[in-house]
Amino acid sequence: MEKRQIKGFVANLNPKKRRNLLLSSISITALLLFLYFSNEGILMGSYGVRVLNLCAVYAVLTLSMNLINGFTGQFSLGTAGFMAVGAYTTALLILPVEIKEKIFYLEPMVPWLKDVHWAGNLGFLGALLTAGVLTAFIAFLIGFPVLRLKGDYLAIATLGFSEIIRVIFTNMQNLTNGSTGIKSIPPIANMWWTFGVMAFFTIFMVRLMKTSYGRAFKSIRDDEVAAESMGISLFRHKMLSFVLSGFIAGVGGGLMASVVGAITPIFFRFILTYDILLIVVLGGMGSITGSIVGAFLITIAKEWLRWLDGGFSLGFVRIPAIAGMRMVVFSVLLMLVILFYRRGLFGGREFSFDWLINSLSALPKRVFSLFKKGGAAK
Amino acid sequence: MKRTMVFLFAALFLVATLTSACTSAPKEAEPIKIGIFEPLTGANAAGGQMELEGIKVAHSLKGEVLGRKIVLVEMDNKSDDVEAVTAAERLVNEEKVAVVVGSWGSSVCIAAGPTFEAAKIPAIGTSCTNPLVTLDNDYYFRVCYLDDFQGTLLANFAKQNGYMKAGVIVDVSDTYAIGLRNFFVEAYGKDNIVAEAKFNKGDQDFTAQITTVMAAKPDVIFAPSGYTEAGLMMSQARQMGYNDVLFLGGDTWETEAMIEVGGAATEACRFTTFFDADAEPTAESKQFLEAYDKMFGGKPKGAVTALGYDAYMAAVAAIEKAGSTDGVALQKALTELDIVGVTGRCTFDENGDAIKNQAIIKTVEGGAFKYVTTVVVD
Amino acid sequence: MALFWQNIANGLTIGSLYALVAIGYTMVYGILRLINFAHGDIFMMAMYFSFFAITVFYIPWYIAILLVLVATVLLGVLIEKAAYAPIRSAPRISLLISSIGVSYLLENLATVVFTGVPRQFPKIGTLQDNIVIGGINIQQLSFVTPVLMLLLVLALMVLVDKTKAGMAMRAVSKDFETAKLMGVNINRTIATTFAVGSLLAAVGAIMWGQKYPQIQPYVGVMPGLKCFIAAVIGGIGNIRGAVVGGLVLGMMEIMIVYIVPTLSGYKDAFAFIALILILLFLPTGLFGEKITDKV
Repeated sequence: MEKRQIKGFVANLNPKKRRNLLLSSISITALLLFLYFSNEGILMGSYGVRVLNLCAVYAVLTLSMNLINGFTGQFSLGTAGFMAVGAYTTALLILPVEIKEKIFYLEPMVPWLKDVHWAGNLGFLGALLTAGVLTAFIAFLIGFPVLRLKGDYLAIATLGFSEIIRVIFTNMQNLTNGSTGIKSIPPIANMWWTFGVMAFFTIFMVRLMKTSYGRAFKSIRDDEVAAESMGISLFRHKMLSFVLSGFIAGVGGGLMASVVGAITPIFFRFILTYDILLIVVLGGMGSITGSIVGAFLITIAKEWLRWLDGGFSLGFVRIPAIAGMRMVVFSVLLMLVILFYRRGLFGGREFSFDWLINSLSALPKRVFSLFKKGGAAK
Repeated sequence: MKRTMVFLFAALFLVATLTSACTSAPKEAEPIKIGIFEPLTGANAAGGQMELEGIKVAHSLKGEVLGRKIVLVEMDNKSDDVEAVTAAERLVNEEKVAVVVGSWGSSVCIAAGPTFEAAKIPAIGTSCTNPLVTLDNDYYFRVCYLDDFQGTLLANFAKQNGYMKAGVIVDVSDTYAIGLRNFFVEAYGKDNIVAEAKFNKGDQDFTAQITTVMAAKPDVIFAPSGYTEAGLMMSQARQMGYNDVLFLGGDTWETEAMIEVGGAATEACRFTTFFDADAEPTAESKQFLEAYDKMFGGKPKGAVTALGYDAYMAAVAAIEKAGSTDGVALQKALTELDIVGVTGRCTFDENGDAIKNQAIIKTVEGGAFKYVTTVVVD
Repeated sequence: MALFWQNIANGLTIGSLYALVAIGYTMVYGILRLINFAHGDIFMMAMYFSFFAITVFYIPWYIAILLVLVATVLLGVLIEKAAYAPIRSAPRISLLISSIGVSYLLENLATVVFTGVPRQFPKIGTLQDNIVIGGINIQQLSFVTPVLMLLLVLALMVLVDKTKAGMAMRAVSKDFETAKLMGVNINRTIATTFAVGSLLAAVGAIMWGQKYPQIQPYVGVMPGLKCFIAAVIGGIGNIRGAVVGGLVLGMMEIMIVYIVPTLSGYKDAFAFIALILILLFLPTGLFGEKITDKV
């Protein structure tokens, strides 16, 4: 496109769209600057970077789970198993040969993987893609039998597969190093990687939901029978969603392996799936914005709530230091969301600048009415 | 209703945060912070809390070094690899601790190790026996035994006492157990192992494994496992009428809970340990037991409490020796350290692992642990 | 041969323990169509209640058991009122999520209140003692558990099939809305269901504690999962099915280790494989009724 054409394109937009384009470019620039300064260690220490990295990885995992659970309405609890496949694939591919020799001290590693080392950023990209494809393939295999099931039966079957994957990984000493796990996974996943992958999958999801596939997913979620009678192939669409979700979870698991630096099979218990499920619920089932915001909010809140563990005072009573207080408060807050904000923060809605500006301009009015009617505004 | 509740919670949080900020202690001579990196919640909370008790006892006895007060910074790693890394980051970058003590369980240490190394903050492990913890990490030390030492020692003990045929029941999901098993089998001779069965952490029923192994008529069953599994296993063996067979295990067994769980059946056990509360009270162990009784009442619930104590004392001794809280100086001081702790004399080898030349073999008699013999290895 | 019979005895013991807890799952599922993921944690709380009643407060076990049962029932009903009743009209998945939330909360709460240090489950009578029959050692428990389980199953069947409350339960399970229109007190019926379910969890917990005397905040997770599998194998929602499912699962787990010891590391995987096979080929389990989708 030539310069004049671009100018013409911008000039032809209506003022609202022009404003949104401007806002988008400003926020993207701000985000890039933020990433640059954070990653260089200027804006925050490595603790902050670590937490933000985790936020982004959780956002990817939440997107994966939201795709199958929130958008397609198939209640799958297999995320931890898919992550395990992705994490181990990535870790074994990017692990330097000499480290492999050292950590596989109980039983030597299988010969066909022993001398494999995909180095650097390019190797990491390759490893993540392999992880994604392999996980997607396993999702495909599992999907064949499992996707015939519905609702809670599906939930239990996928949870079962996830646990089977974990048990197999625990027992395959010469491939996964068993319960000893893998350490010294190169920390290639910096903020550019984590946020880059997150951005990629966010855009992918937004695009996907606008295609006929995306619409078909939502129609299956809203009413399977109606969807089928409209000529939508239930099984094919469920399978597509399941496989894509597996791909994203695999890549997310790979990122997680590099961010954390060490993995053991016990880490991929079904409890991990619950953690991600709770983010999905808090953010809002079927909202991409909700997944991102939820992942950041919960990951940061969990860290921020750490002061609860150290004991605190409520002004008149002093609560002594009890480890685990933070998790109790956290689970109470989650229960409140589950019970009173069942739709989550975004409840199927998505972020747009129009929405932001509208709600911001409505805010003073709302606050005002809140005080006028004594808090009982509706 | 909904809104009032949200307001109520928000207000509660605000008050709590504000007051907790206000009540923080006024600064005198800058205290030295020692980070406690333990699983205080989650699956390994039991172990973490027992070690924390030991650390607190040690702190109550030696709360000052270099004329400065020592402050303990408890950081829960939630028995979770991901949380472990953020907890570690928080300890070194936010709390700015001088040295870290912990943790129970190896996988959290393996995950957090690179963080401590990058920040040049030494960490003193308590009961993390996995070789990967200190492998290629100059800043991780540990006061516990290693698998190869214990496995070999137990094999020699069995042979010297005329137990020529062994059955093995091993927890495949526990890298400590797998490690012990491998070194035991190596030292004992593969041909002398008559049967082997496996189980997974959290299993509660071992009747099938015991029946299978006992069918091969071994003189001794080597069962590296956690203390609850061991207790259950022995009581089930007794229930099935196998009264004569001896159970051999490692230091994890020295926990009151094992006797509580296993009852009289645990009299059939022999295990290695590093600490004996009854036999030969050294000055150090007497001091430890008295202080423990004063603080928590009774006897320590597990041997790991003593390890927590020793790890803390090693940390303080290193600060004293280095004469500063600089991480590099502390690391150097630790490599040269030679202290006598509750669990015996302790120096660190070039890996950062404790060098211990002797071990105590114990059994259970009349509902209490009893000293059998001391084995010295050259 | 004694080896074989010993394994059979082992399988029966663990199987009837599974069955005992599985009935509770099945009850709640049968009425509400809700997989109560918090069932294992109610089970855990019951174990803690027993510990406090008998070990800490020295209440004789026959009185303590009653107190434990009452406390657990109250807890179960409270959970239903607080976490399930407010969202009863929501999609079923919301209820499932809520039960996961409750399980999360109970585990974290137990860690804070009871600490993570494991406790020993108190001994009750002579249940843990041994009897030797033809060279096979069997705990008294192994005789008491199946008998207790069968008695409870009979009582449950009478409750469900013969009483008015049972009729209300069946009505609610068949059609929620219609039952409401016909004047069934939904709230009370569901509360009763939870009370019965929690009571069964408590009985299961006490017997379980005799066999595996160890309590910590996560003690309910594995039994919860396994017993759920047992309930599905038998056909979830079906009381007789839960009994058979529990026995089949217990026997299978023991026999796999007995017949193929090298695979013993994969024991848990087998339970899940059985679950998936059952779901695929007999989706409603061995005894379940065919469910048709309502449009």
